[in-house]
Amino acid sequence: MAIFLTEKTKVIVQGITGSEGSKHTRRMILSGTNIVGGVTPGKGGQVVEIEGKSLPVFNSVTEAVAATGADASVIFVPPKFAKSAVIDAIDAHLPLIVVITEGIPVHDTASFYAHSLKVGKSRIIGPNCPGLISPGKSNIGITPADITGPGSIGLVSKSGTLTYQMMYELRDIGFTTAVGIGGDPIVGTTHIDCLRAFQDDPETKAIVMIGEIGGDAEERAAAFIKEYVTKPVVGYVAGFTAPEGKTMGHAGAIVSGSSGTAEAKKVALEAAGVKVGKTPSQTAELLRAILKG
Amino acid sequence: MDLFEYQARDLFEANSIPVLKAKVATTPAQARDAAQEIGGKVVVKAQVKIGGRGKAGGVKLAEDGDDAYVKAEAILGMDIKGHIVKKVMIAAAAPIESEYYLAILLDRSNRSFLVMASVAGGMDIEEVAHKTPEKLAKVHIDPNEGMGQEKALEIIRKGGFGSDVEKQVADILVTLWKTFQSSDATLIEINPLVKTVDGRVIALDGKVTLDDNATFRHPEFEALIDHEAADPLEALAKERDLNYVKLQGEVGVIGNGAGLVMSTLDVVAYAGEKFGGVKPANFLDIGGGASAQVMADGLSIILGDKDVKSVFVNVFGGITSCDAVANGIIQALEILGDRASKPIVVRLDGNNVIEGRAILNKANHPLIQQVDSMDGAAARAAELAAK
Repeated sequence: MAIFLTEKTKVIVQGITGSEGSKHTRRMILSGTNIVGGVTPGKGGQVVEIEGKSLPVFNSVTEAVAATGADASVIFVPPKFAKSAVIDAIDAHLPLIVVITEGIPVHDTASFYAHSLKVGKSRIIGPNCPGLISPGKSNIGITPADITGPGSIGLVSKSGTLTYQMMYELRDIGFTTAVGIGGDPIVGTTHIDCLRAFQDDPETKAIVMIGEIGGDAEERAAAFIKEYVTKPVVGYVAGFTAPEGKTMGHAGAIVSGSSGTAEAKKVALEAAGVKVGKTPSQTAELLRAILKG
Repeated sequence: MDLFEYQARDLFEANSIPVLKAKVATTPAQARDAAQEIGGKVVVKAQVKIGGRGKAGGVKLAEDGDDAYVKAEAILGMDIKGHIVKKVMIAAAAPIESEYYLAILLDRSNRSFLVMASVAGGMDIEEVAHKTPEKLAKVHIDPNEGMGQEKALEIIRKGGFGSDVEKQVADILVTLWKTFQSSDATLIEINPLVKTVDGRVIALDGKVTLDDNATFRHPEFEALIDHEAADPLEALAKERDLNYVKLQGEVGVIGNGAGLVMSTLDVVAYAGEKFGGVKPANFLDIGGGASAQVMADGLSIILGDKDVKSVFVNVFGGITSCDAVANGIIQALEILGDRASKPIVVRLDGNNVIEGRAILNKANHPLIQQVDSMDGAAARAAELAAK
């Protein structure tokens, strides 16, 4: 088993006719992803040939789903058009929507996230994320597929390149699924969502959680781990030396309750029994030691 | 992007949120003219993007134009927690009866927007929130449903406002929500919102943060950027579209992806503990495409920092391949010529790593040292910087 994404997932690419969309469609096909078509409003009826596959292009996600039976979408459209693309996918009731686009205004993300809650049919991953990979099964997004293969570790991270680094460090063990949830202020899927799914996935034996400064997602994840997760979890937090942001006004401090520093996150995770490494390599060693018993 | 108080005030005025007459001045003479134009007593307020300016002496009452000159002279150039005052706002003084608090902000934890309102506004609002949370109304707003008059009134009442002002404050809140959305703000705070002795409700001070991601639909954002505040190296980096932040250390850092670069800074600082407390000199994320020009631009900015003693290039090839990065480094050094004078420790991993390492080995450049692991490379760069 893997979480959220398996070899059966049928994927459409929103923005397939753009340069990013077509480049990454090619990479996804080469890594085994079952891509069944694409969506670009106004270009419906075209067919794009990528890596020996003839992929039909549709004007809307609803049309694409009707024709192909797709149950996941990956979005590569520019920030300006991202909100309407995500809403199109939500209204088509796609179970999984992965938003790779970087630079979406947070008012747009807040709006499509609220819409997805109301419709209640979709899990959104991202925006501003590398996507997710279930090695050997499927790969949605921009994660390099050849870093490592299937194995027993589940990984959740805000950052793309740190995900790759950690997969590389633990390439001898391999992963069930690695999810890059993205670092924007609002993301559709949180550390907690992934921790829950990994806890419930019988093939995942241990979990790596990578956090970054800002917000309180890691502190909340720590509380969740204490309450729900029985599998071993190791953590890594980036940003100990990052300069303190210029926060303005009192509103931020009132809401988050904590300053969002790397130290605060590390303390919270350790209090929940999570071993936290000082570097990515050390974190990998902590996990290795746990798996060896 | 955080706005200065006077920019927030202008935004409020443009959106029909009641404010007092005010003008910005950069010299005492301008301050005197502004005070005379406004007439009567004025307040001279330091324009800095940090709290606590009142306690630091950055806000003074002036009787007239000549007094405003003297007060502005005292405040301009003042250092408030590391922020040098370059502008003052001259605002009409108003006799205040009560101070309230009103804010709308992005609430990351709840992934929506939050309105906060309290009749107990002023400098101690954080204490109010902490010690008497019942005095601070906190209500989430659905981004798609928004906030009408009825909802606003409900929030205002919850915040403890009396019937004498609730209608006025609710109107302001509705306008504030429209402004929050139309200007792509992530924070608008009015503290204090005041009631004057003659019963008017006015925004006396405001903090506004705008979403940089929304710049594409707000051409007006450009004029709000404080170009003077940027470090010269940061300004140069911005011109070249590089994501660079200057820090106070000795090891220049270049990497790909914000998370990996942030992690690299930590690993350098950690390794530096063994070498007399050497620290990273900067954050520089070259992103996905590490072309020779991007690498050359990045290296030239880092080598332009006189504190830098060594450079650590840390790349994990995802989409970017290591051979492209290696070629980029070699070509960058050719472009830079004699300007490149500091040792460069390179750690490559990931996509096409064997080819990438081979290119660097073959080039055999006197400044370049390769180390295979991130921790090892950080230690080497720290050691070189400590020499």
